[in-house]
This record gives sequence, structure tokens and C-alpha cells, in this order.
Amino acid sequence: MSELLLPPEHRYAKIIEERHNEDGSELSVLNLGPTHPATHGIFQNILLMDGEKILEAEPTVGYIHRAFEKIAENRPFYQITPLTDRLNYCSSPINNMGWWMTLEKLLDIEVPKRAQYLRVIVMELARITDHLICNSILGVDTGAYTGFLYVFQFREKVYEIYEEICGARLTTNMGRIGGFERDWSPEAFRKLDVFLRDFPVAWKEFENLFERNRIFIDRTVNVGAISAERAMAYGFTGPNLRAAGVDYDVRVAQPYSSYEDFDFIVPVGKSGDTYDRFCVRNAEVWESLSIIKQALAKLPEGPYHADVPDYYLPPKEDVYHNMESLIYHFKIVMGEVPVPVAEVYHAVEGGNGELGFYLVTDGSRTPYRLHFRRPCFIYYQAYPEMIKGSMLSDAIVILSSLNVIAGELDA
Amino acid sequence: MALETIQIQDKLVETFGESVFNFNQEKDIFSLEVAADKITAVILFLKNDETLRFNFLTDLCGMHYPDGEVNRQFAVVYHMHNWYENIRIKIKVFINGETPEIKTVSNVFPSANWMERETYDFFGINFIGHPQLKRILNMDEMISFPMRKEFPMEDGGRTDKDDRFFGRTIDNY
Repeated sequence: MSELLLPPEHRYAKIIEERHNEDGSELSVLNLGPTHPATHGIFQNILLMDGEKILEAEPTVGYIHRAFEKIAENRPFYQITPLTDRLNYCSSPINNMGWWMTLEKLLDIEVPKRAQYLRVIVMELARITDHLICNSILGVDTGAYTGFLYVFQFREKVYEIYEEICGARLTTNMGRIGGFERDWSPEAFRKLDVFLRDFPVAWKEFENLFERNRIFIDRTVNVGAISAERAMAYGFTGPNLRAAGVDYDVRVAQPYSSYEDFDFIVPVGKSGDTYDRFCVRNAEVWESLSIIKQALAKLPEGPYHADVPDYYLPPKEDVYHNMESLIYHFKIVMGEVPVPVAEVYHAVEGGNGELGFYLVTDGSRTPYRLHFRRPCFIYYQAYPEMIKGSMLSDAIVILSSLNVIAGELDA
Repeated sequence: MALETIQIQDKLVETFGESVFNFNQEKDIFSLEVAADKITAVILFLKNDETLRFNFLTDLCGMHYPDGEVNRQFAVVYHMHNWYENIRIKIKVFINGETPEIKTVSNVFPSANWMERETYDFFGINFIGHPQLKRILNMDEMISFPMRKEFPMEDGGRTDKDDRFFGRTIDNY
């Protein structure tokens, strides 16, 4: 079987040749993916297996590589936002806001408090949906479908809030340089209130279903554990790093968008195993809910965008009826705006860790270079080490608990 | 006592002399340039020094400057982060355009492994000493390096996207 899959010079061939099990059994090669339903994305791993135990793994990535960095070099700023949507598509608003903040850092734009608070609310909503997907899918992979179906309807509720804010649901393309495209409607706040009322009840029940569940604990405790040192060496950030016991969070380390105004804790785990990753994400959802409530309670009145006519699109009514506005709209969309020559790096805490934008401009209408620091891409390289010696079914659970999103992995 | 950027600069200059230069503060990030042959040593020093403690390699990426002089046509950019004092620095290393090669840092930070592979994949920069330098996001059969500036974004033969209609030529693009 192995001859069919691997060329003879492949390193597995040598291992199979040299290995002699006492009972006469042979090692086998298993091709996991790229389109296996249990991998929730396009991930291929060529596994070397002894029975059901994984000895070696070789991941192949890039199946949905779309060359975003190259495309971004040929697009003005406003046309790059839809690209960021498609990085981590489970939490697009975080990517959008991170991109606007990068530009605002480049252009020295001060965003009004109200817009900052609204951004915090939408980013935390996105974090909730991100963690909700990860944890409920982890449940599915361990055989518990109910929790997934139960909490997934709340992702729909969050998407309805996005819809009220920007009109889109999954790939949101939300906001503008300096704030939001429009103030949030009363309907958006009403839906947010309903969500804040109903979701904690469901999430508590979801937690109760899993956290002390014997089957779930057996499947996740001590599975895919990684020490804090290894996690840091492999460039882990976000919940996966915090599960290993390191309390690094960009929201706390380098607060952006007024995160310093809110009171929240950074949950950490201990052993860095699948169960800890699950619990850290659960706890972060509660913190996100608390942040949203604080932001709503303290939400200041005032403008919802900065006064930067050079970069902020004019109101749509004016564009239709006013020549000047039409010209400005066209110029801004086509990138004919003053751009300084600079290099900036801005990081936000995405659903999976530090999402960074390294933007180099040369004064022209497009970036000279834009590099996305994608947390998934960097920590997925630890995956072979994490699944070594575990069962095949554990490998699936570990992949789910790492929350590797194909769009972010491959950019 | 918080770590000041001048301390970082003094320490680096003291240890590496003329191999570290062009220190400046760009927005919120302190940045510097390092000579290509010293990069692994500098990264290792930044990581292990007791006062500097840049324990985390945040990001590594390539840059292409085809119009620069031949020894500065490619660059590799390292972002490091000191989590104890919460300071970031950016290190830029310019390398030769004809034989772009630089020493790997994947022996210092395992996380650099895939980031260097990505940089190789897109820019063709050869990381000497890298354990498995092969393409990562593009297919293995590819012969070009797509993030180089001379690589066209899309098929040049297309007629439906003519920029001249927007008053734009190659010169003012």
C-alpha cells in the first residue's frame, strides 16, 4: 500500500523498511485529507501509522492559497478590506477592524470614542462566534452533536446583528477608515440586547453539557498537550497559548481601540491540552460578554467616524446628487488619496491569536507590501509534534481544538 | 525599570559594532538594520541577553526592491517582541539581488521554519541551514517566485482591464 502513495525516496519509506514489529505487523501510510469531512477545511496530512498510533505526520498546506498579499499590492486600501474578510472567515469583523486600525496608525487618524467602543463591541461579538464555532465543533468531533446545534443558532443571531450594522453576514467588509459607514440603528442595539439576554443561558447549558462530561473529559484531557516553552517557540498566540499557561493577550499588552477602558481577565489554562483549550475559549466567551455589556453601558454619544474627508467616503445621498461628493467618492475608492511613505505594524487579538498587519507604503495608491501575520499559519507547524504518538481520532480532536481556519492558514 | 530603546541600541552597538545600524523609531516600533551575515547572531543575542529578552519572534517576511542597488534588492524583515517589557522591534536585513541568501533563524525560533519557507516560496530567498527549505503555499512544480515585483499580477494579455481608460499609464500607476 505504501508504494502506491509514496515515492521510494520519501523518508517514510526508509522508516517502514527499517522498522520490524515483534508481531510481524508493518507500518502503514495514511493520507488524511485534504477534503476529509472531519478536518473542517482543506488540510492534508500524510501520516505514518503503527496500527492506530501516529508515528509521523507531514502536513501540506496551501490548498486554498489565493495570493492575498500579491493582490493587495495591486489594490487601493478600500479594496483590500474584502480580502481581510476572507482570512479568518469565522471572525471577519476583527480582521476588518485590524486593517482599519493599521491604516489609521499609518495616517495618524484619531478615532472618536463612540466608534472605538462600537468596534470593541463588534470585535467581541466576532470573538464569541469564533470560539463558539471552535468549541461546538470540538464537541461534534467527540460525538456530541446536540451542543453544536444548540449554540449554533446564536451565531445566526450575531450574523443578524452584523447585517443591521453593515448589511453583510459572513464576509462583512465592515467599517471605514476612521470609524463606521453609518451609526448603528436602534434595531441593531435591540438585537444585541436580545442576544445578551438569551445567549448566556444557552452558553451556560453548553458548558454544563461538556465541562464535567465523562466522555468529553476522557477524549480531551492530556490529548495534544503542549508545554508553554514549546508553544512560545512555535509562535503560538491567542487561546492556544493561554491554554498552556502564558497570559499574553494583545488586548492587554498593547491595548487598541480603548480596550484599556474595560475590566476583564485573561483566562489561562495549565497543561495546554485540548481540554484546557476548550475551557480557555469558554471562559473567554464570558469575558467577551462582559466587555460588550461594559461597552454598551459606557457607550459615549458623539460622532461614529473621524472627520477625515480625504479618506472617509462621503454620504451616499450626496454622492448621487452632488458632483463634488461623486468625485471624492471615486477618488477615494480608486485610491487617489494622499498616502505617506511609511512602514507600520499593527496587531489585534484575533480569534486565534495575534493577527498582525505589516504595511509598507511608498506614497502610491496601493501598498508597496502588505504582509498578514496569520496566527494559524504560524502555530499549525506544531501540529505534527502535537499528534505524534496519539491515536488517529485524537489527531482530529487536536486539529479542531487548535481552531486552524483554512482561509487564515493559506491567505 | 523599563527598557529604553537607547539601551537596546547601545547594547547592540557594543556587541556587534558596525553590523547594526540605521536605528530609528518608526511610529510605535523601534527599528534597525543588520548586516546579512550577522543576523542569526543578532537574533540569538536579542533572545538570550538578560536585559533585552526579546523572547518572541512575531513575524518574518520578505521584501523586494528591484530598483535598489544590487546589494539591497531583497530584504527580510523580522518583528520581535519582548513580552516582559512589552517592547517590539523590527529588524530589516538587506540582501543581494542576484544570489539572495541569508542564514536561517529557525534554529533559534522553531516558529521561523514555515515563515522562512513562505518567504522562500514567494521571493526565492535562500535560507542557509534551513532544515526543509521547499515551497509551502504554492505547488512544488512552480518555477517562479510570485511576490517578486516583476511577476505580473494577472495575464498581461487581458484587454478588459485597460488602465489607460482611467488616465493611468505604467509610469503613474
